[in-house]
This record gives sequence, structure tokens and C-alpha cells, in this order.
Amino acid sequence: MIGILVVSHSAEAARGIALIASQMSGGGAFVRGVGGSEDGGLGTSVPQILEVLQELLRACEGVAVVPDLGSAVLSARSALEFLDPSEAARVAVADAPALEGAMMGAVESSLGSDLAKVVATAEGARNLEKTRH
Amino acid sequence: MPFTLEMGRIALAKMDQAVESHREYLTELDSAIGDADHGINMSRGFRKTMEKIQGAEHPDLGALFRDVAMVMMGSVGGASGPLYGTFFMKVSQKLAGKDQVELPQLAEALQEGLNGIVALGKAQVGDKTMVDTLVPALSTLAAEAEGDERSAWDKTVAAAEQGMTSTIPLVARKGRASYLGERSAGHQDPGATSTYLLLNCLRAAALGES
Repeated sequence: MIGILVVSHSAEAARGIALIASQMSGGGAFVRGVGGSEDGGLGTSVPQILEVLQELLRACEGVAVVPDLGSAVLSARSALEFLDPSEAARVAVADAPALEGAMMGAVESSLGSDLAKVVATAEGARNLEKTRH
Repeated sequence: MPFTLEMGRIALAKMDQAVESHREYLTELDSAIGDADHGINMSRGFRKTMEKIQGAEHPDLGALFRDVAMVMMGSVGGASGPLYGTFFMKVSQKLAGKDQVELPQLAEALQEGLNGIVALGKAQVGDKTMVDTLVPALSTLAAEAEGDERSAWDKTVAAAEQGMTSTIPLVARKGRASYLGERSAGHQDPGATSTYLLLNCLRAAALGES
């Protein structure tokens, strides 16, 4: 099973997006959210990201990280620097819209796909059409 | 004159003061093209850094800067947290086990820090970021490090200032400012500015100012 880690500038957004993604996958995927600065404001914290990432790595064979905006990407990448190389090799940061990417990635993960496939599907979420049906 | 552990501590205290006294200015710059939090973020980062290092015993420069890196990564919040955190982390790795270094070695360590920032943020000169300050400053420092120390630092800070002001006409290609496109031109980059302030503090400490 591949875990999904949503990294947002907001703790509430991270939790909410993770909840939506988890439910959309039928509860079949491990989805966690982490966000906000250490003092509870908006922002991202490398140590907090690292902690949740390590929890997911203990439970899952790999983790797809889905950050919301620029500095969440930088913080996620910085967290990888603190992992053992063998652990870091089991993590990939997806270049995807946060909500759609986490949701599509979670659905893909619930089908038993590997990390590369989960990340590719999450990244494909940028092409989701919402209104042109 | 070697750069000592004590100078490292003095440099950080100066950085804390400089960031605090320029907090409004940095935030003002950031409100023009960013999310108006750079001054607050940097001030919080250095305040927490000082709390962490005051009263702590550091065996060497590596340990001192590693503590700074960890605080920056955790408490700064915006992009400058992981970027400055990575900078100090790479510098600390290069200075591990050293309680003092000569200027050429310090210049090398700082270059490692810059390399870390570039690897993480993928910014290049001209993208309107802290890299615009660091690249000219550190290449000057490396080139001048074997000569007169005061002259080397003066030229380094002058190059940093030039790099900082060079960001004014640039169109941002990284971060929140890049979403503004052409509208980001005409404003000095806050990250390039805080980097200049920090280098200025490093110069003062390295030249023995207390």
C-alpha cells in the first residue's frame, strides 16, 4: 500500500483534504495531512512533516507527498533530506493540485498500485475537468 | 584571523538584531510582491534560534550551525525556512568538528550552503531570489579569501548589495511573487534583502566586531 501525505500551509486544509481523499478512495488508502507552522499559524514545518512521513513509512511500502504550494514543496523536499537513503527512496513528491492530486492518488493506491503509478495518477489530476461534462 | 566559534555566536546575535530592526522593512518589501510575512518569519526564526543557542554548549561551528538549521526548518514557516535551514545545514556539515576555520574554508562552507539552496529551490541568478545576492557575494569571497581579510569582506558585502538591488527590475520566476508576472518588476526581493543583511552581520563578526 502506498500512503498519501498532503502537505498544506494550513493544518485545517491538510486535514480536510486528507479526509476527502480518504473517503473518495473508499477508506482503502492511507492518507494523512500535515500543515501549519509550529506555532499554529499558516506555514509549513519540516520537523512536523518529517514526523508524519516517518509514521506513514512505517505503515506503507511507499509514500506519495502532495504539497499545496511552493514552500510546502521546499519543506517536503527538505524533510526527505533527514531520511535514510533507503527510506527516502520510498518517497516521491507529486507535482499535482493538492486536493485533486491527493484524491486521485488515494484512489490509485486503493487499487494496489505502486509508488510510480500513484504519483503519475496524482499528477494526471491537473487535467481533471470539473464543468465541461 | 580565523573565524571562531565565538564569532559564529556573535554573527548569529547580530543577525537576530538586524532582522529584528528590519522586520517592518522586510515585511513591507514582501507585501509588495509576496505574502507580507518575511519580516515576521525571519524575526521569529532568529528569536527562536537565539533561545536555542543561548546557554547551550556547542563543541564546534558545525554543531552551532546545525542548531540554527533545525530551528529555521521548523519555525520560519514560509519558503525561507527550508531555504535558510538547508543553507545552515550544508554549512554545518562542512564545518563539522571545527571550532575555527580560515577564511578560504569558511568561503567553501558558505558555497556549500548556496549549493544546497540551489538544489532545493532550483533558482538561478536572475530569478529574483536570495540566490541573486548569494552568488555574486560568495564568488567574490572565494576569489578574495586569500588576500586581505577586511578588503575581502568589504568587497563581498558590496557584491551582495549589488546583487540585492539587481533584483529590483527583475520579473520573479520563483515563489508567490512569480504569480504576479510582470507586476513583480520594480520591487526589491525580500529574500535577497534578508540575505544581504545576514552577510553583513557575518562580515562584522568575522572582522572581530563584537
